[in-house]
Amino acid sequence: MAHVKKHDYHILQPSIWPLVAAVGAFAMLFGAVNWMHSGSPWLFLIGLAAVLYVMFAWWSDVVHESHDGDHTPVVRLGLKYGFIMFIMSEVMFFVAWFWAFFKHTIFPMSEYEASTYVIPDIHIVDPFHLPLINTLVLLLSGCLVTWAHHALVHNGARKDIEYGLLGAVVLGLAFTGLQAYEYFELIAHEGWQFIDGDRFYSTFFMATGFHGFHVVIGTIFLFVCYLRVRQGHFTAEKHVGFEAAAWYWHFVDVVWLFLFLAVYIWGQG
Amino acid sequence: MADATLSHDEGHERPNFFVRWFMSTNHKDIGILYLFTAGLVGLVSVLFTVYMRMELMEPGVQFMYIPYEAAPEAMQSVFERLGEALATAGGGTNAFADQLSSVEGSLLAAAQTVQVVSDGQTVDQTAIIVEGGLRADTIAAFESMIATANPAEAQALLGTMDQLDGNPDGHLWNVMITGHGVLMMFFVVIPALFGGFGNYFMPLMIGAPDMAFPRLNNLSYWMYVAGTSLAFCATFIDGGAGPGWTFYPPISAQGVETSRAVDFAIFAIHVSGASSILGSINFITTFLNMRAPGMTLHKVPLFAWSVFVTAWLLLLSLPVLAGAITMLLTDRNFGTNFFDPAGGGDPILFQHIFWFFGHPEVYIVILPAFGIISHVVATFSRKPIFGYLPMVYALVAIGGLGFVVWAHHMYTVGMTLTQQAYFMVATMVIAVPTGVKIFSWIATMWMGSISFKTPMLFAIGFIFLFTLGGTTGIILSQAGVDRAYHDTYYVVAHFHYVMSLGAVFGIFAGVYYWIAKMSGRQYPEWAGKLHFWVFFIGANLTFFPQHFLGRQGMPRRYIDYPDAFALWNYWSSIGAFLSFASFVFFIGIVAYTLRAGKRVTQPAYWGEHADTLEWTLPNPPPEHTFEELPTREMWDRQPHH
Repeated sequence: MAHVKKHDYHILQPSIWPLVAAVGAFAMLFGAVNWMHSGSPWLFLIGLAAVLYVMFAWWSDVVHESHDGDHTPVVRLGLKYGFIMFIMSEVMFFVAWFWAFFKHTIFPMSEYEASTYVIPDIHIVDPFHLPLINTLVLLLSGCLVTWAHHALVHNGARKDIEYGLLGAVVLGLAFTGLQAYEYFELIAHEGWQFIDGDRFYSTFFMATGFHGFHVVIGTIFLFVCYLRVRQGHFTAEKHVGFEAAAWYWHFVDVVWLFLFLAVYIWGQG
Repeated sequence: MADATLSHDEGHERPNFFVRWFMSTNHKDIGILYLFTAGLVGLVSVLFTVYMRMELMEPGVQFMYIPYEAAPEAMQSVFERLGEALATAGGGTNAFADQLSSVEGSLLAAAQTVQVVSDGQTVDQTAIIVEGGLRADTIAAFESMIATANPAEAQALLGTMDQLDGNPDGHLWNVMITGHGVLMMFFVVIPALFGGFGNYFMPLMIGAPDMAFPRLNNLSYWMYVAGTSLAFCATFIDGGAGPGWTFYPPISAQGVETSRAVDFAIFAIHVSGASSILGSINFITTFLNMRAPGMTLHKVPLFAWSVFVTAWLLLLSLPVLAGAITMLLTDRNFGTNFFDPAGGGDPILFQHIFWFFGHPEVYIVILPAFGIISHVVATFSRKPIFGYLPMVYALVAIGGLGFVVWAHHMYTVGMTLTQQAYFMVATMVIAVPTGVKIFSWIATMWMGSISFKTPMLFAIGFIFLFTLGGTTGIILSQAGVDRAYHDTYYVVAHFHYVMSLGAVFGIFAGVYYWIAKMSGRQYPEWAGKLHFWVFFIGANLTFFPQHFLGRQGMPRRYIDYPDAFALWNYWSSIGAFLSFASFVFFIGIVAYTLRAGKRVTQPAYWGEHADTLEWTLPNPPPEHTFEELPTREMWDRQPHH
């Protein structure tokens, strides 16, 4: 660096990624609107590709900077603060979906004066079959992440970290698969209807659907950590990326527990 | 002392233009980008209001109408029928008939050849398009004829005018108010105060070399630009989106707004929300992690505190809005039923979730302005700010209370009395910390040696006008009183007093306070003062009469109004034009200052009471500041600061 820097903070070189990401986001969303209004999906897909590429390239840069020693203890602390706040904003995003669910469940429109709306006959899901299995799958996956975390911070065997992460990824995939299977069964055989269906289906599918989307992101995040462990990244002291993935995974866990309690157990009653 | 903070980049080549402004990781450059972009978007948004005030200046629809297009034969038949109507009514005078035929002649003379698609083929056709100047001429001719005609003739003429006018374009009006609201709320005030001044001065005030995540900082900026582009799409494509900035269903539902425009607007808010959330994460982390050695939380300058509190509000409220507008998006495009009662949904649910964001949003807009005003008042009163710690906790209290009062925007939707009573009391409680701030500013000025420089004028203007807007806010917080005022111009006056005359005065105070710090050149004092007085008079003339209109019962969001409201609407429009003139003058001041303003070399050019860390730096500060972290003596110069 040309500068004589006398502090531990990270001063970055200029980067093209923010600009590319924003252009990509604009193309993606402009394209999405056209697509929703019977246009072609191409602009959306090009924009999406740009956004995904930027994610890859940007985070690769971050990993390289970490290897160059830019991530001093104070920078690592900042990264952790940042990630915790990102999770807080995610929690608030789910607040909106729970809000919609609770409002409609506690104060259904059928109970409003002069309302002609009648709650349709809805096939009830038994929460203690597939949803309970899913809960256990996700919680077990969380345990495996903790196993890997322990192995990492206590200088355990690298194999333990790898197995823990890989197991968590596999269980994450299993959860997504089971959830997809449940959706399929409900829609194909039990008459559940997302498009033009009752608001019950709207709240159910959007809340669990956004959770499922977060599970997929978390699974990718854990898988990236697994690949990085294989490359010899992370030490007992320095593993912000791993910690972030683990926090994210636990956040996904907790959201699911609330979904399980509210939407599955209480909401199906 | 300033030398210690100079960067050691002599000989280090400055990045080229593209790298500096498009790939920036420098908080100062990004702050400047934010300020300029916000100014540009602000100009567009202000132009919308000028157009709206032109329309509202007189009763009747003046400008916003769907152009009337007719074949010459149709036009002739209109005039024939008019002649018959006059004959039945007892006939007009000769002069009157002459005038009539001359209007007819000029209309027919303006017939043009237009291309019309008929059965898949483009055909040339003669048509009279009544719009713009021709329309104005015709109307003027008709008006003079009405003035001389008897009532029966006038009646016949008015009916004909309707046929010539086409219909008032109410949708265009809706697009204008939506565009103005969305742009001002999401793309002007937050980016200017939070993105612009926050980026530039918050790290400087706490002695940080840059933001915690400089690259992410630039992503915030470019996402803001992407969001602005989508918002422009929402205004200019497919006739524009017109549900108002609050997007209440069902008027934002697919059945009403069928075009792409509302979906563009929804994504615009998603993107700007993502931008602000990332920005907030950055600000909070910077604030918590990068304060100068020894600068404990109770010693951080008030503007940095205000940005910190604002960041929390954005971080916690914007994702909730994102959820609500995602529901709107799926309701519109994917057949969900969150807000459609036919499928068990509830439109009031949207209002609740929206205002859970929307109320913190108004504090997001005003808190950074509070921060700026605190510094300006202290600097120009030549006293440290009165009651620093209460000021900090008032900011925190306002932020916290901002989350639990949202339904006072919805008293008329049919909540229970208990709910209304709660929201009423909670809302009034906010007056307490706000009062702490107002009185502390006054106490700071008390016995101070005040110099009335432009930033101070804007700050005093802010305190006076924000107090006025806050007082009408207390009136509106009463659920019973709100029954009468809800959706009237009284509400418009109230929130423009706290925003247009509050937040925007804060922005101007900040610009005049810091422009020499940012550019190295000082604005001409007389010009700043002239700007202040014209804007102060103009903005008050615009919005004060709107209180009267609201009390008379004039509803908001309409293109037209009965004659009873004509007087104050006229004056309100005059005020709006005056404000616009002052804004154009302001652009001139900035352009002049940046090109030819007097150079300022003294770091603390406002005197020793401008004592935060940015005043230890040269004007403008070097590319990299505080490469050696500031020592305590540099910032802790007030025993009670």
